[in-house]
Amino acid sequence: MRIEKTFNDFVVKFGNINGSGSASANYLCAKALFRMGVMVTPKNIFPSNIQGMPTWYEIRASEEGHQARRNGIDVMVAMNPQSYQVDVESVVPGGTLLYDSTMVRNFKRSDIDILGIPISRLCAENWTDTRQRQLFKNVVYLGALARLIDIDNEILEMLIAEKFRNKPKLIDSNIKALDIGREYSREFFPSRLKVRARKTTGTKGKILINGNEAAALGAVFAGATVAAWYPITPSTSVAEAFERHTRHFRSGENGKCRAAVIQAEDELAAVGIAIGANWNGARAFTATSGPGISLMSEFIGLAYFAEIPLVLINIQRGGPSTGMPTRTQQSDLLICAYASHGDTKHVLLFPADPSECFTFAADAFDLADRLQTPVFVMSDLDIGMNDWVIDEFIWDDRRKADRGKVLDAEALEKISDFGRYRDVDGDGIAYRTIPGTHPEKGAYFTRGTSHTETGSYTEDGNIHVRNLDRIAHKHRTAASILPKPIISEISAKSRLGIINFGSTDSAVREALALLSSEGYGLNHMRIRSFPFDRSVEDFARRHEYLFVIEQNRDAQMRHLLVAETGIPATKLISILNYDGMPLTAEFVRTAIFEIFGEQQQVAAACATPITAA
Amino acid sequence: MTHIAKPKFQHPKLPVNGLGLTRRNYEGVVSTLCAGCGHDSISAAIIEACFELEIPAHRIAKISGIGCSSKTTNYFLSRAHGFNSVHGRMPSVATGANLANPDLTYLGVSGDGDTASIGLGQFSHAVRRRLNMVYIVENNGTYGLTKGQFSATNDKISKSRKGVENRFESIDLCSLAIELGAGFVARSFSGDKAQLVPLIKAAMSYRGFAFLDVISPCVTFNNHSNSTKSYDYVREHNEVLDVLDLVPQRSEISTDYQPGTSVEVTLHDGSEIKLHKLSQDYDPSDHGSALLNLYQYKQQNTVATGVLYLDPNESDMHDLLMTCEQPLNTLRDNALCPGSAVLDTLNSQFK
Repeated sequence: MRIEKTFNDFVVKFGNINGSGSASANYLCAKALFRMGVMVTPKNIFPSNIQGMPTWYEIRASEEGHQARRNGIDVMVAMNPQSYQVDVESVVPGGTLLYDSTMVRNFKRSDIDILGIPISRLCAENWTDTRQRQLFKNVVYLGALARLIDIDNEILEMLIAEKFRNKPKLIDSNIKALDIGREYSREFFPSRLKVRARKTTGTKGKILINGNEAAALGAVFAGATVAAWYPITPSTSVAEAFERHTRHFRSGENGKCRAAVIQAEDELAAVGIAIGANWNGARAFTATSGPGISLMSEFIGLAYFAEIPLVLINIQRGGPSTGMPTRTQQSDLLICAYASHGDTKHVLLFPADPSECFTFAADAFDLADRLQTPVFVMSDLDIGMNDWVIDEFIWDDRRKADRGKVLDAEALEKISDFGRYRDVDGDGIAYRTIPGTHPEKGAYFTRGTSHTETGSYTEDGNIHVRNLDRIAHKHRTAASILPKPIISEISAKSRLGIINFGSTDSAVREALALLSSEGYGLNHMRIRSFPFDRSVEDFARRHEYLFVIEQNRDAQMRHLLVAETGIPATKLISILNYDGMPLTAEFVRTAIFEIFGEQQQVAAACATPITAA
Repeated sequence: MTHIAKPKFQHPKLPVNGLGLTRRNYEGVVSTLCAGCGHDSISAAIIEACFELEIPAHRIAKISGIGCSSKTTNYFLSRAHGFNSVHGRMPSVATGANLANPDLTYLGVSGDGDTASIGLGQFSHAVRRRLNMVYIVENNGTYGLTKGQFSATNDKISKSRKGVENRFESIDLCSLAIELGAGFVARSFSGDKAQLVPLIKAAMSYRGFAFLDVISPCVTFNNHSNSTKSYDYVREHNEVLDVLDLVPQRSEISTDYQPGTSVEVTLHDGSEIKLHKLSQDYDPSDHGSALLNLYQYKQQNTVATGVLYLDPNESDMHDLLMTCEQPLNTLRDNALCPGSAVLDTLNSQFK
């Protein structure tokens, strides 16, 4: 029988027990494919636990370059008996299950190939140390899988050599484990699988990196000097990466660092430290997740009202409450947009991938300084903790930090009448001073109580209204300088559009491509910031119906659009996915058809369907 | 109207300090606290201490939380930036400010509600980090702005103005500060300016966490006969442990005490703390004996004042974190941004 081969288009999933050392072997698989030039999308689906619970790692390879998850597992490496049942069920008919057959199982699936490798036995025969026996199981299955789907052996060995360059002994034993797996599969399963990898150029000029690393680098390049944080999944690695990079790039010969990182006692202190440092002229930030935002809310209101620059990197996770700490969601939009009591409104940036985590994190510092207000970088667990293939980072060395309206001693000398909260330029943004600048001029009293233009306490209602109106005006100014939406109008006559933001973008673009290939031309706008630019409303005006795609239950972006623009609510149709898993293109496509009914109706709404290629 | 600027007029012959500044130059706006409030005396002591220390006011940052005491930062040092933050969170704001620029003097003013209740966590951690600041608690045992509820420093034996008993154990902030690593810990009384001014001066000169617990009676809600934070009670139960002189670097030492009765500590800036002990068997540089001493006085319902603990080895958060000497808020792009060449290297590491 002739086997139809598919190259670079498959999903491999690993089912492991967490704490068993599988993560690095699985990552090695993704990285090897990446090095072969294959567009890969790894997703780590892990428990909120340290040892013993089921954990999965999915790698999608896509010749077309799609970067979303997709359902349908072509190859399942099942290493965890606890999850055998779901793992076996998840394999597509015709797919392959690879498992540790030291204890032989009958999986009752005749429609898939079941390849048993006695991995535990092989490791027991080759190693005596119990820890090694456990760890090398992961490398043995990697060796077998690599051969079965044609992952380049040289690349794998090179990656192992790079990983253990400081521990040469481990290079040999890891390669030995790879060989054991490879040889076993060669002997017992001589024919390769029908899904295979082959070298290509899909990742030329690209890097494989997660969003938290990227956001931390953005903060380093933007000149952040103070980071204050409290450990919380999935944002912890932002602060840790910032600390690692500043130690590396900003340490003097005496070992003293041009940055300070404080692991605070809680999120309240973390944001308080960031506010204090920004008030005193350093660039400071905090990184947190939903529960941290709840705790920080009082301070966020202070920064809003006292007009102190502040950058918050929010790696959203599944809520409400403690929710699903290790799953992804976009469910902090409303709390971040309006965090704190009273009339408040905040600047939000929505990065779609690690590339924008880097640029938006860096831009957030300029925006916070220019606008003198909190700026949220609204990443999520999917972007933050998974590795993505993105273009190489670029930095323009001519770029200078834009510190906004700060008066130095010389400028203060020329001013007779300094008022910290006076709108001199008509944009709602007043001038600020840094403590210690001038012996007699520029000092003011920063407060969360109502204040006059000079910062004095007031209970005068007219002054209070004037101040609140000025801050509202400042936020209208903000809308004009924030990242604009990315709009793609492939059909001028289409009455249908999709609105999305953040990490759903790869799934949405894949869905659009899928729909387009089926003859349905939908236009697309990815929102990248809040308050909304005028172009958001203009895009909506040009369409009759807009599908708003979000990863939360309550359609939070739709709420914001209805509340903050003139877009009629009836135009905005929600497509919501909030199970904690990254979105798939198929989910979007199916939802559109379900909501819109018959396919002809979709075609009619698209006005001039694109002829399927 | 609660913001009252003081008239600029001043007597032409007011005494000036070495910077050519008068005491008026260290004042703030008019206080709106109740007449006779202990807090106003502390503000006056701060003004006096800064005048005598000849500190340029703009090199001080005043930071506070919420409450009557926290409002007072507006009533002194108008030439200094002030930050009246949120309730109980002054320590974190002060930590951030200090991280940005360790060269300013950080003067935190808080109350017993702000520090011992809502802010106890932040207070403890600021002490642990040895944040270089002066932290003054204006301790009146009551919530003034919300009209007279008990605070956590209110002694168990005391009663409210209306005779309600306080059933809960009080928190001794000085013991806590000593235990958690504060280098300079003192207690004083707002009614004793002669003691308070040198203590503030020494605290401002000390590098590390300098804590001052100042009993400061609330004339409206906690100055009655059943209170242990009233003027009368503190006067009657005050046990002064020592007398402090801060001798600036350039001055001659003028006071001499009997040998064995004084402790002298030279500070990082060359100035000297000279502590004259009134109680012979007490060593303020010993952690354990300071704590035991405080415990014993508390058992006797005595308010021990003076320097309670003094660590001769000054150290602060920046030493522990190993931050660079130059204030972080003065560093420019070239000192902070690694640049495109480094980014290219980083790119290659993620390939």
